[in-house]
Formats: sequence, C-alpha cells, structure tokens
Amino acid sequence: MPFSLLKYGLNKDYPFEQHADLPTPTKLKSSYDVIIIGGGGHGVAIAYYLAKYHGITNVAILEKGYLGGGNTARNTAVIRSNYMTPEGVKFYSESVNMFKNLSNEFDFNIMYSQRGQLTLAHTDAAIRGFRQRAEVSKHFGGKTELIDPQQIKELVPTLNMNPGHLPVLGGLWHMDGATARHDAVAWGYAKGATQRGVELHQLTEVQDIIVENNKVVGVKTNRGIVKCGCAVQAVAGHSSLLAAKAGFKLPIVSYPLQAMVTQPVKPFLDQMVSSSALHCYVQQTSRGEIVFGGGSDPYPLYNTRSTLDLKENLLAHAIEMFPFMANLRLLRQWAGVTDMTSDYSPVMGLSPVDNYYLDAGWGTWGFKATPICGKTMADLIASGGKVPELIAPFAMDRFKEFRQVNEMGATAASH
Amino acid sequence: MKIMVCPLNGPRNISEFVYGGEVTEMPDHKNCTDAQWADYVFFSDNKIGVVREWWLHAATSYWFIAERHTGTDEIVRTYSTSEIFNKRVEFTPQPAEAKS
Repeated sequence: MPFSLLKYGLNKDYPFEQHADLPTPTKLKSSYDVIIIGGGGHGVAIAYYLAKYHGITNVAILEKGYLGGGNTARNTAVIRSNYMTPEGVKFYSESVNMFKNLSNEFDFNIMYSQRGQLTLAHTDAAIRGFRQRAEVSKHFGGKTELIDPQQIKELVPTLNMNPGHLPVLGGLWHMDGATARHDAVAWGYAKGATQRGVELHQLTEVQDIIVENNKVVGVKTNRGIVKCGCAVQAVAGHSSLLAAKAGFKLPIVSYPLQAMVTQPVKPFLDQMVSSSALHCYVQQTSRGEIVFGGGSDPYPLYNTRSTLDLKENLLAHAIEMFPFMANLRLLRQWAGVTDMTSDYSPVMGLSPVDNYYLDAGWGTWGFKATPICGKTMADLIASGGKVPELIAPFAMDRFKEFRQVNEMGATAASH
Repeated sequence: MKIMVCPLNGPRNISEFVYGGEVTEMPDHKNCTDAQWADYVFFSDNKIGVVREWWLHAATSYWFIAERHTGTDEIVRTYSTSEIFNKRVEFTPQPAEAKS
C-alpha cells in the first residue's frame, strides 16, 4: 500500500485517467471537420449522433465552462409532448419516444421515469385549448386526454381543487409525460460521443467566429484559433451573443427563468402538475424534494440572480396548489437565462452563414427536445445543409415569411 | 423591491412597469420590404450592455424610454419619448393614396 501510494504520487498521470468514462484530451487539434460550440445536453447529443449514425468523429465540442453546467443543469427536467401545433407535437413526440430507450442505449441510467403530466384548466378557454391539444396529441400517437375534476381528485388527492378565485375545471392528462435526471442525459451522450472519438474540450471559450466569403473557416478560442469544416452553435441562453459574432441577428430575447426546490418529504406526488393560470408547475423528485417553477421574469436580463417578488409570487401559487407546502423549507433556488422567441418555438437549422448551423431559441422547452434535436441537427450537418423535414418548420426564416409556429398556449409555465 | 424612476410619476416599484422592447429605428413603412419589416418586428440585437428600451408605467398608461444595463439590471436613465421622437409618423393613408 505505501509503495503503490508512492508510485502514484511520483506518477505524472492521474492513475484512473486511462479508464475514465469521459476521455479528456489535453490538446486542441488545429482543425476539425465539425466544431460544436456549447457542451450542454444539445451539443453533446449532436456529437453523439454524428459519431453514431454518420461516422463523423473528427468533431470537437468546445465548452466555456464544464459539461452540462449551463441550462442543462438548470431546467426542471420535464419531458412531454402535449403541445398545440402539429409541427410541435410531431417533433416533441419523437423526442419523448427517444428518451424511453436512452438508458439502454447508453448503458447508463438516466433515471427516466414516466409519471404522466397533468395541466390544470381554471377557465373555459383553457378547456377549449385542452380539447384541441388532446386531439392533436392523439392524432400523432400520443396518450393525452381531457379529464374532469373527479378524475383529477383521484389522481392527485393532495391537490387543492379550489385555489383562490380559480377553481379547477378540468385537466389535460398527458400519460407520456416523464422526467429524467438532466445531468445524466448530458453525461450519457458525452460518454457515448467521446468513446467514439469525439473530443470534448471544457474550459474552452469561443471568443470569435471567423467568417470568410460567408463561410465559417474557424473559431478563435481562449486556447488559440481552431479551423473547422463547419460549425454549429448550441448555446441556448446566450445564442444572440454568439450569432452576433458570426454576423447576424436572431429573433430571440433572453429572459431569466427562476425555479426552486424544497427539502425532501415522503413521496406524495407521482405526477407532474402544472397550472398556466397560476403560472406554476410542481413535481416531486425521486429523492422526495419538490421542484417548482413558474413563468419567466417580466423583462429581459442576462443574469441568474433571483428576485424576491418573483419568489413570493411563485411560492404563493405553489402553496395555493398544495397548501401543506407552506410548512416546508426551501432547500435552494436558482435561475437560468432562456432564449425566448415570440412564437415559443425553437430556431433550428440553417443560418445566414453557409456552413454555420443554429440550435437556438430553446426558451423553456430545450431539455425535453435534447434527443430529437441532437439527431436532426446531426442529420443536417452530415448532409451538408439538407434540412430534415421534422425541423423545417423551425427555420429562422419563418419570421421573415410570417409562418410562425405558435406554441404559446402550450408552453407558458407548463414545463 | 426594485425601484424604477418614471419620468411622469417619480420612483415606483418595478412591478408597476411593463417592458416594451428595444428602441430601434422603424423602417419607412410605405417603402420597405416585408423582410425589412419582419426584421424590425421580430429580430433583436439582444446584447449585453446599456440598451435603450421602451417601458410602460401600467397604472398611468405612460410610455417612456429607459436606458438599462442588460447584464447588471442597473437602470441608468429614464426619460420622456419626446427626447427621441419629435416628428409625427403618418400611418393613415393620405387621400391621394387611398384612391389608387
């Protein structure tokens, strides 16, 4: 024992490095076929599918912080597909289906748990919206139905059916709704990608994008200039800042979104419950903590500070839904900066720069789209710019052609 | 609570105000292309730094302009819209145009 300690002590390499799940290259190559800017869930998923389905492994993921340390770690880990438009439902349904098999695929537990998601209606207008969403969902093979207050009571006995002036009139019960450990999703993708030869460079910040004749030829990082065949940005929260370096504007405004978690209590809530009228969504993690969040901040800001007024609002609404939560203590609170688009759909695909691809506009719906986004963006990159049908409606040009994909009703505060 | 100084009503709680977007130059609505108009309506610089923004004091329906840092949330200055907008923009079609 003392000798082996001495041997390790004198060794230059950390002894476990060579067997690590996540190979960590120390040198940047001078050039890569594909550079992925942003090492969050989306970035590593794109790399994973590029390597797995297209055999493209001369790929670098450049991450300014650490793997999955941005919005991947800040979302509330809800997976659902009960959106409003056919375009949205088709896209998110495919994502939900892919999530189901990820643990097997990675040989790594992402703690996927299909508990169902319940959205509450407090007005007749919301009921009408739910009817439409239930039908669209069923049409595309999802399991979603409109349920009445009696069924809601049976499903969630702890729920207050008469919160303030807004009695619960019905609910949209989305049986496909699920949750998973968000960090594990990023780790699983990163492991799969790096083991196939992709390089993940953490603490590597892209400071500028070098564009010549409307083509990206490389990026300038804090570790030097790296050339590339093409590049993709997956930095939701800061998309506009990076796009500005590539020389164009995005239809995005950045807002903070705040969330909180309580101390753990014994399991009482299987489902994820949200109410768009109360601007609140509540779920219990497998550790027993109650995670809840609400709408975005009322005005844009690149800052993850928390504000007392938003916290008070959110707490008031959470307690209206589940009154016993008034006795719980808060464990922590946090915020993430979100890319909000005016139609609440992402901005994906081609950009005004020829070989520069966009994975942006992920507002509050990014985590649940991780697998399908990775897969379709990989298809787009591998084909050299042929946009897959599934993501064609989300092209940035939709704003110039007035073809927005309106998901506001199905998105606002019902993550 | 955070305080914002309304040019009409003085210092008030930020919850009384509504954000109204960046102040950008409006293209000539009679002659611009659809793409230019879309750019004006939907696209945003969304940068970090001091930005000129539209704000509304909701209680009095008073629109004004604020210069705010979008990274630190510091409100540098608030002032009346008349400092920037001092010419009338005619949206109603003129009689001669209406005929054609």
